[in-house]
Parts: sequence; structure tokens; C-alpha cells
Amino acid sequence: VKLVIGIVRPEKANDVLEALYRAEVRGVSISRIEGHGGELDRVETYRGTTVKVGLADKVRFEIAVSDDFVQATIDALCNGARTGEVGDGKIFVVPLERAVRIRTGETDHGAVTPVGA
Amino acid sequence: MMDALNLVAAAQVDTGDTAWMFAATALVLMMTPALGLFYAGLVRSKNTLNTFMMCVAAIAVAVVTWAAVGYSFAFSDGNGFIGGFDNAFLNDVGFAPRDGSTIPHLLFFAFQATFCIITTALVSGAVVERMRFGAFLVFAALWSVFVYAVLAHWAFGPGWLLDNGTLDFAGGVPVEMGSGFSALAAALVVGARKDYGRQALLPHNAVYVLVGAGLLWFGWFGFNGGSGFNTGNNSVLAFTNTLLTPACTLLVWFLLDALRGRRVTAIGAATAIVVGCVGITPAGGYVSPGYAMLLGALVALPCYGVIVYRTRTRVDETLDVLAAHGIAGFTGILFIGFFAQLSWNGASDGLLYGDAGQLGWQALAALAGPAYAFTATYVLLRLIGLVMPLRTTEHEEALGMDIIQHGEEAYATGEGAILVTPEAGVEEEVPVASAG
Repeated sequence: VKLVIGIVRPEKANDVLEALYRAEVRGVSISRIEGHGGELDRVETYRGTTVKVGLADKVRFEIAVSDDFVQATIDALCNGARTGEVGDGKIFVVPLERAVRIRTGETDHGAVTPVGA
Repeated sequence: MMDALNLVAAAQVDTGDTAWMFAATALVLMMTPALGLFYAGLVRSKNTLNTFMMCVAAIAVAVVTWAAVGYSFAFSDGNGFIGGFDNAFLNDVGFAPRDGSTIPHLLFFAFQATFCIITTALVSGAVVERMRFGAFLVFAALWSVFVYAVLAHWAFGPGWLLDNGTLDFAGGVPVEMGSGFSALAAALVVGARKDYGRQALLPHNAVYVLVGAGLLWFGWFGFNGGSGFNTGNNSVLAFTNTLLTPACTLLVWFLLDALRGRRVTAIGAATAIVVGCVGITPAGGYVSPGYAMLLGALVALPCYGVIVYRTRTRVDETLDVLAAHGIAGFTGILFIGFFAQLSWNGASDGLLYGDAGQLGWQALAALAGPAYAFTATYVLLRLIGLVMPLRTTEHEEALGMDIIQHGEEAYATGEGAILVTPEAGVEEEVPVASAG
């Protein structure tokens, strides 16, 4: 069981969700974050106060999947989030020590497999 | 001898009328920022400022074009289609009243300027979230002169609709149908937002929408109540009808919402206020209070229908200017043809009171106004499109117009923002921001 973390552009979040749905990856958490990954800074001016904004809005996907689904999840994130410009984001895959479904107490593979699958 | 005396008397400034028109002019000017708030709440948060700024820009551009030639094209003598240059650059616009009015000509000009501003701002609702700001400025300048001023000449100035007796109290033809059908043309030329029909594009702040609608209604008392240019009976009637009609529209809208979705919606209510105000705009000074209430109930039906239908089409007329203004204005103009009463308005009867001819002229206005607005706007935008791109790139549209067009955010947090000192300039390397 792996945890796939994908950090993507907020405007591509819907495309990623759609791609994940097509790949039959069902369990997803997302959060709005700010980050910096080497893209150009944005310059903003408010009444003469000029600032460089080094942090860009991003959306972080956290998806726990069984090993068979890791590649499909990565492909879906890439296909959904890619624009070809700097700032498209990153994907990190980390091993999961345990996963538990609270309702039933199922662990690991059972916990990350969608109900009815 | 008596006639000569009467003419002199008629040409005098009335202080009561003038005092009211000061207030009315300021009320109508406030409607444009109110519209900005209304529109800004309806778009996504990344486009808040750009949407509001289109309304602010309409004030900047339309006041200048109106003072230069717009007012003259609308209100000076010319032919039935368009006025001449007699009042261009405020020539002959002074303290003496315009013929037939009791307020200074200069104040009449200012009041009419606020109408040109709000109408220009209204059209922006069709193209928000993707039209370039620069292209909109050019469009607003040309549109205010070649579309608004022409339609205002037809209905208000010595134009062919006014000369033939079409009744349009506060601008059903130039303001409401003018903006509504222009908005449809603008949406077709500029094209849909890239996410339209693919993603749910939801209003980001319903409270802005409600506050904006409330302020619009407040301002509309100046808009309709001031369109008699005096404090006489027609003005009193229009003022009070501006209270009665939208209330009835609200109730019917509640009912339609409840029937369709089992719930009464807040954004629906804000829309209903606008629809009701628009409906009574042309009819304000011409129909009885009872009929104004009937109009309020009736006007909800076609507008509600068009809003529901439009979202099922590929036409991204984003903020439904056609439904809320075009269709409501159309309904109001036609309504006069049926329900106008000489005993209330001192001008003319409608079909129900024996004058079928009035209905004929109302119907002609209801066809000619939209036809000109749509065609002229379509051609105008196509021409501008030959010279400059009308919309931003897909990439910029995705990032949001606030950052791309204005370099600001509506809801800046300051997190990650590094102050650039004026001496250093923005070009200097800021070590903290470089990739680690």
C-alpha cells in the first residue's frame, strides 16, 4: 500500500479528479496549499507597495492505493495536471505503514479498496 | 402674447425639480459600482477585481465619450437615426434649460451621462472572466457612442421612435434592450470561457450579489424617478412603481424557484430584484400602480425561462444580461402598449383603453431596438477583433484575470509576498524566493 501525493495547479484540479475517476481511483483527499517550485515570481502592486509573491496556490492530492494502482494513479495525475509550463507540480510516492478503515476496522489493502470494488 | 409669456415661463429653471435631479443623478451613478459588486459576486474569486474593474472602466470611458460626442449624437437635432454635432464637447450645454425641461441643461447632460455609463457597464457581464481589459476599454468607448447614443437618440432624443409616440419612460430601448441584446452579440463574438460546460462555474460570493442588487434597487429610484426630469405626477408614479414592481417579481421568482428546485434561492432573489426594476423602467411613468404590480409578476416568467434555457446552450452569455435586461426590457416596452392609461400618465392609452396604435409603436420599438443593438455590437466587436485580440490565452484565463490583467488579487493574504523596495526595483534578485 502506497500513499501517492500529487501537488498540482488549482486550475487543473478538476481535470485531475476527472482523470482519477476514469482510472477508477476513488478514494481521494485534497487540500489547498501554497508552495514554491522554481517558477517565476509574480509581481503585484497595491497603491505603490510592490511585492514579489514567491508562493503560488496549489492543490495537494493525497491518495492511498494498493500497489497495483500506483502507476494508474501517477498516470492520471500527470495527464490531468500537465500544461507543459514550469509550475505543473510534483508527485511523491511514499510507503504506507498501515491503513485502517474506521467504519469496519479493515486494514491495509482492504482499507484502501473502494466499497463494492 | 400669452404664448410668448408661456414660453418664457416654460424655459425657466424650477428649483424643486433641479434639487431632485441632483440627487437622482448621484443615485444613478452609484448604480455602476453597485453593478460591479453584483457582477463580482457572480464570478469566480480569481476574477473578482477584473469584473468589478470593467464597471469602473465604464465610468471612466463613457463619461469622456459622452462629453465629447455621445451626448450630442443622442440629444441634439440631426435626423431620426442619429443626432448631429451641435452639442459636441458640451457646446451650448449651459445653465439655461433644454427645450421642454425645467432643469439646467448641464444637469440634464450629467443625468443622461450616468445612463450611458451603467448601460456600457451592463454589457461587460457577457464577457467577464476572459475578455482582455484593454480590448474592453476600446469596445466601451466605441459602443457608448455608436450603439448607446444612437438608441438613446431613437427613444429619448428627437429620434424616430420618440417622434412617432413610442413610450419609453426611463430607457427600455437604449438601456435595457440595448445592453441585453448587445450582450448576446458580445458573448457570441468573444466566445465561451474555456471551462464553460465542462466545469461547474459557481458564484464565489452570494452576499456581494445581494448587496449589489440592493444598492441597484436603491439607485433605481433615481433612475426611474428622475426620468421625468421634474417632481411632477409621472415622476411620482415612476418612483412608487419602482417600489411595487420588483416586490411582485420577487414573490413570483420565489414561487418559480420553489416549484422548480423546492427551495427559494438568494441569488435568484437578487436576480429578481434586477428583473423587476428593469421591467418597470420603460413603463414607470405610464402605467397605474396596480398594473405595475401585474407587470412585476408577469416579467418574472420569460426572464426565468430564458435563464434556465440559456445555461443549457453553448452560449456563454455569462451573467445573463440578455435575460435580466433584454427580455425584461422587452416585456416592459410591450406592456405599455397594452396597459398604458391616459388618466394616469397624461400621454397616451394602450390597447386595453382603446389605442391599438400605441401597441404597434411599442412592438416596433421592441423589434428595432434589439435588432440594432445586436447587429451593431456584433460588427463592432468583429472589427475590434481584427485589430487586437479580444480575449486572453487559455493559460492566462486559467490563472485568473485579476493577476494577469491587474497584478492584484481580491483576497491577497500576504503569505509569501516579499516587499520590493522602490530603490531596488522589481528586477533585482530576491534570494529568499529562488528555488531551494
